[in-house]
Amino acid sequence: MTAILSAEGPAPASLPTSSSRNGLAALREFRRNRLGIVGALIVVSMALFCFVGPLLYHTDQIHTNLSQVHLPPGPHHLLGTDGLGYDELGRLMVGGQSSLEVGVAAALIATAFGAIWGAVAGFAKPLTDSVMMRVVDTMLSVPPILLLLFLATIHRPTVPLLILVVSLVSWLIPSRLVRGEVLVLREREFVRAARLFGVGRPQIIVRHLIPNSIGTLVVNASFQVADAILLLASLSYLGLGLPPPAADWGGMLSNGINYLYSGYWWLVYPPGVAIVLTVVGFNFIGDALREALEVRLRRR
Amino acid sequence: MGHFLLRRTGQALAVLFGVSVIVFVMIHLLPGGPARAMLGDRATPAKIAAFNREYGYNRPLPVQYLRWTADLFQGDLGYSVKLNEPVLTLIGQRLPGDVVLVGFANAFALLIAIPLGMLQAFRRNRIADYVATGFSFVFYSMPIFWLGLILVVLFAVQLHLFQPIVPQASIGQLLLHPSDIALPIITLTLVTIALFSRYVRSSTIEALTQDWVRAVRAKGFGELLLASRHVLRNAVGPVVTLVGLTLPVVVGGAVVVESVFNYPGMGLLLWNAAQDEDYPVILGVTLVVAVATVVGSLLADILYAVIDPRVRVQ
Repeated sequence: MTAILSAEGPAPASLPTSSSRNGLAALREFRRNRLGIVGALIVVSMALFCFVGPLLYHTDQIHTNLSQVHLPPGPHHLLGTDGLGYDELGRLMVGGQSSLEVGVAAALIATAFGAIWGAVAGFAKPLTDSVMMRVVDTMLSVPPILLLLFLATIHRPTVPLLILVVSLVSWLIPSRLVRGEVLVLREREFVRAARLFGVGRPQIIVRHLIPNSIGTLVVNASFQVADAILLLASLSYLGLGLPPPAADWGGMLSNGINYLYSGYWWLVYPPGVAIVLTVVGFNFIGDALREALEVRLRRR
Repeated sequence: MGHFLLRRTGQALAVLFGVSVIVFVMIHLLPGGPARAMLGDRATPAKIAAFNREYGYNRPLPVQYLRWTADLFQGDLGYSVKLNEPVLTLIGQRLPGDVVLVGFANAFALLIAIPLGMLQAFRRNRIADYVATGFSFVFYSMPIFWLGLILVVLFAVQLHLFQPIVPQASIGQLLLHPSDIALPIITLTLVTIALFSRYVRSSTIEALTQDWVRAVRAKGFGELLLASRHVLRNAVGPVVTLVGLTLPVVVGGAVVVESVFNYPGMGLLLWNAAQDEDYPVILGVTLVVAVATVVGSLLADILYAVIDPRVRVQ
């Protein structure tokens, strides 16, 4: 749906700063968090399933086969076939590839862009900062789904376009988070020292401010992936997903639910479960990372 | 407080200006511009040129922007050729439906999420926390249309408790028959609980690390009194902001919920508009929702400042 859930709202000043020294401690803390381990396992297995799976389980995901539609699961098609005769299990792998690609790529682009925007704003003069943050507020006021509906009705959806539009609505939260961190960091001694030595602003941003916000960014990025996958599913349901022969989990699920009353359960539950598992996995990872990095909240 | 109000209202006005620019840019991003939005994609170049001349769309963009905003202030949000009605009328018909849907979903979600999130924080990393976290993660992670359909199968098809599809009637009539609109509200509520409860959980955990909590405990207060008298106020503050800030998210969910249940709100209007490429409606709804969000988060921030005086001094 969105990344707002993952952001800690308007009070980012309380968020942790990490250094490589407590990075190790954080990793140890992460390993103690059972949900985090479960999340990591889910995400790794999903990635293997989607990207390595097709090497072991060969199916034709390009050509339709209208003599083989709606077959129930059996020895030839482990999860049956869909309304166009595609093997459902193979399609889950291919569809998962695009869902994961869009989710991960959009999260990375959004995080990188948001980090730079937020760091520049937080480190700039008050007027520039104010203008840059009003831009963020403005974009946050427009429901992402409306923007996406609009863009997707103008252009035919492709994987790069979906990555672009999902990033376009996802960079706002990371930018707010990083700005909050930078407002604190800019007063710290090492940043002041760097400025006294005459280090340029861009270099301070790249060498000091962003690396010191990396903890927050990593936590947020894992939530972003989850939200991007969900957003993509909603878009597909609204008819703006990838057109065939390409596939994504959301599109498969929304096709499947047309047959909800025909008893073709294998078209409904597998893509739904795949989405839920992956989104839960990324959320578990993000939560575990956040708890691991927040020194103050650690169990003593 | 006066200074805070002034500054925050100024920000909201700046954001409103930004929103109007975005929508204006969107109109002009359309291939063919506003003429295509009005005339449809089969309009000939000659027709488009004539339309542009007649309505002043060949003038410089800043002039057009001023005219467009002047129209907005007079309530002219454009005209839907597809539905043959002014956009404002269309939105006016659907808005009450959204107020009911989003309003009830937010209210129920808050009533459940605040105690739930606090319970999770007090029982952190124990069975109750894991169970509640698990459920809210699953609800949050389900594509909302799928959750809606599962609820339909469960409550409408199997148990015959609620209507699977909202009947076509005005929102006033629907309110008299709560079982007709129960499912869309429940669906949106479940997702919103998941959204809020995690937030309450982490803000409560943070409140519990403060020194005054130790002081209250040392005074011999029980956990229930500690929660209700002291932690609640600290944990709820951020949630007020969250309600304002998540309005676009909840509205996004409402778009999908409305198209699942055929619920008569702006979301359904929007979905139909997207399928018909009815751009004046898409842009009109975008504008209305964005303005509602800006005003909503302004009110939320003012409320937050009333609850928590620390916010005012910055």
